[in-house]
Amino acid sequence: MAAHLPRYLLRRVLQAVPLLLGVLVVNFFLIHLAPGDPIYLLAGDGGDEPYFAAMRQKYGLDKPLPVQLGLYLLGVVQGEFGYSFAYARPVFEVIAARLPPTLLLMGVSIVLSTVVGVWLGVVCARRPNSPVERSVLVATLLGYGCPAFWLGQLLVLLFAVRLGWFPVQGMVNARADYEGLARLSDIARHLALPVATLSVLHLALVTRLTRTGLREELGKDYVRTARAKGLPTPSVVNRHALRNALLPVVTVVGADIGTLFTGAVLTEIVFAWPGLGRLLYDATLSRDYPLLMGIFLLVGTSVILTNIVTDVAYAVLDPRVRYT
Amino acid sequence: MIGTIIVALFIIVAIAAPFLAPHDPTAVDARAILAAPSSEHWLGTDNLGRDILSRLIHGARWTLGTAFLASALIVTIGVTVGLVAGYVGGLLDDILMRVVDILLAFPSLVLALAIVGMLGPSLMNVMLGMVAVWWVDYARVIRGLTVGMREREFVTAARCAGAPAPRIIARHLLPNVVPSVIVLATLELGSLMLAISALSFLGLGAQPPTPEWGTMLNDGRAFFQRAPQLMIYPGLAITLAVIGSNLVGDGLRDVLDPRMKR
Repeated sequence: MAAHLPRYLLRRVLQAVPLLLGVLVVNFFLIHLAPGDPIYLLAGDGGDEPYFAAMRQKYGLDKPLPVQLGLYLLGVVQGEFGYSFAYARPVFEVIAARLPPTLLLMGVSIVLSTVVGVWLGVVCARRPNSPVERSVLVATLLGYGCPAFWLGQLLVLLFAVRLGWFPVQGMVNARADYEGLARLSDIARHLALPVATLSVLHLALVTRLTRTGLREELGKDYVRTARAKGLPTPSVVNRHALRNALLPVVTVVGADIGTLFTGAVLTEIVFAWPGLGRLLYDATLSRDYPLLMGIFLLVGTSVILTNIVTDVAYAVLDPRVRYT
Repeated sequence: MIGTIIVALFIIVAIAAPFLAPHDPTAVDARAILAAPSSEHWLGTDNLGRDILSRLIHGARWTLGTAFLASALIVTIGVTVGLVAGYVGGLLDDILMRVVDILLAFPSLVLALAIVGMLGPSLMNVMLGMVAVWWVDYARVIRGLTVGMREREFVTAARCAGAPAPRIIARHLLPNVVPSVIVLATLELGSLMLAISALSFLGLGAQPPTPEWGTMLNDGRAFFQRAPQLMIYPGLAITLAVIGSNLVGDGLRDVLDPRMKR
């Protein structure tokens, strides 16, 4: 099995290249054919037709779309992603500046919800039909069903406005200029509510998947064998059954990591978190073509790459899955 | 069972909205701005003195109606593409599936948000954006099922009997995928409702004074610290509706399509 891995990987990566090209082309036409003209953003207030024409020429917006696309692709190959209209800075810089907050938010949320979700799932599977299991299941139903952004607002109302435990929004306290450890704890306090908001859906999903998978595994023959050998229950559950039960969880976590960059768009808006999701939202509204293309390129690449990694991880974890 | 009751209740409320709502959902009352719940206004009023309960009742029409309509369009497109790609195969299949791959390279809500942001805010555009993105899930699943059936005896028999491709697709393949489609559509209805309300919450969907639930949440945002009822109730309505349709979907899956059980 392992001998096929390099060839399999190479094939998947080679397949990803035309896919990514397709993503870029589709995005380009989607973005440029949509109604709305960025010229009003570029020209600022006022301006007449000759001025508009000059601006269009300056930004290359006067050329036919296929030519613009060709120039853009040529740039991307050379590592040039163009200039953002709204920020008047290279797209690369604008995106890079927003990357750390988003990665922090999403990273903490994914790790936390996966760990807690697996734990809750194990607790449920080991105590079927107990009050604990029933309350966790009802909670996951709510987690599936409620709009995360709404839950976020309620959390703000309770914990930030009424109780004053956490700040209402933002990533740092703008009025204080903390350094070192104080800065870290400031960020952590700002992080609490957005992470809670963002984790609810994922937590519910992981909990249910773990519970269902583990219950199924615990009923299988090899578990009975392990028990008959006299293995203690924790060892049976954690070493034997859980490993097999976690396979579907890998897929879900993989899909979540794929949406790492923009998956938090609603949470970021509710909490005024300075991340990529909000940047995308703003860029959409202001028709910032180069910035939009840049963000989409990043998102598309990350989803395609995580899909490959997830498939490989799946095959490594489950020897029954063959590379084809 | 509980799910069916919830969904049925919501549908009845949506249909009978004008008879059930105690007030006009858009009637402004300057004497009762941000009023607390009372016998006159059971759930209180919003920043323009509009009755929240009446707006919620009418909102069921907008939110559920949009979700059902979007779902119908998505199913139609997705199932057609899936059946055709799966049965015809070859170059057409390759092209359609590459389009699907490209669309799948984005988180659905993000792509829908970008499309709606570009087209401009309206409930119609929200629907278009969602349809443009969501059909790919169906196309993939249905194509998989179709490929699995293509070489089965009943299809070969129909082909030998001289049935043309459209007839085979419509009369022989379609009925076999209907159970899966129903299950998938019910399971996805909840996430459609969540996405619609999310886009409306961002101000991209239904415009005021439409009492759509997501729009109500957006309207209430500015006042929710003073009057939390503005946000609590529309959110509860969305949550209940989504939970209801998820429960129905789970139930249908167990009955109609045990293979999909995870």
